[in-house]
Amino acid sequence: MNITLTHFLIISAILFSLGIYGVITRRNAIMVLMGIELILNAANINFVAFARYGGMHMDGQAIAVFVIVLAAAEAAIALAIVLNIYQRFNTVNVDEVSSLKE
Amino acid sequence: MNFYDTLFYFFAIITLVSAGIVVFSRNIIYSAFSLLFTFFGVAGIYVLLNADFIAVSQLLIYVGGILVLLLFGVMLTNKVVNVEMKTGTLQTFPASILVAVTAGALCAVFYVTDWKIVSSVADVPNTANILGEMFMTTYILPFEVISIVLLVALVGAALIARKETPIKN
Repeated sequence: MNITLTHFLIISAILFSLGIYGVITRRNAIMVLMGIELILNAANINFVAFARYGGMHMDGQAIAVFVIVLAAAEAAIALAIVLNIYQRFNTVNVDEVSSLKE
Repeated sequence: MNFYDTLFYFFAIITLVSAGIVVFSRNIIYSAFSLLFTFFGVAGIYVLLNADFIAVSQLLIYVGGILVLLLFGVMLTNKVVNVEMKTGTLQTFPASILVAVTAGALCAVFYVTDWKIVSSVADVPNTANILGEMFMTTYILPFEVISIVLLVALVGAALIARKETPIKN
């Protein structure tokens, strides 16, 4: 049995589902961020797999680079916000941080 | 089963098992460190897909940058000395059902669909040259825009994260 496009797509589907599970169930905001990173990686695997097998040629890989850059920006901003939340509320659990203004 | 298949299953198992540990582990430090292996496995999958530049970027940016940033976040927002690293979970039962349905639907669609296979990147010796040319020609506008987005995001993150005035409690 040869490795084909379907194998890569199924890996990315499972990775995506695990990321969704992490985002939904975890209370810690940083764990939610890790789930988002898993989801972005799953999307990236799809882009690169279609670049290899699906006739996207190099465009898929170029878009994958853009996704990686945006993930870096997102992680930096989100962690800055999480640090601010921690300073103000003394917790990073997303279900306890529910007030916009004191 | 040839060498390529063996490598594929090796990286696939690394990726999926460590992603499972990331999601299901109760200890946030274990999660952060097994995220390292997830990123590593995904980089291996990129190599198998003839995307060498993406794989190296993945190692440099995710493992070298984002993961360190996440670990800093963990260390700064948890009471490490008080051994309060456990993180709770919410709504695990409905989430499991939703995620199982999502995964099943996605896998079914991927499996049933008759993909038109066009093996295009396979014969390219290295992708970095072609990617560089594309960024300077076809994708010049997104490239410049994303550079500015990254610069603004990093400056903004530094500005948000630093303590300007002590917060009165």
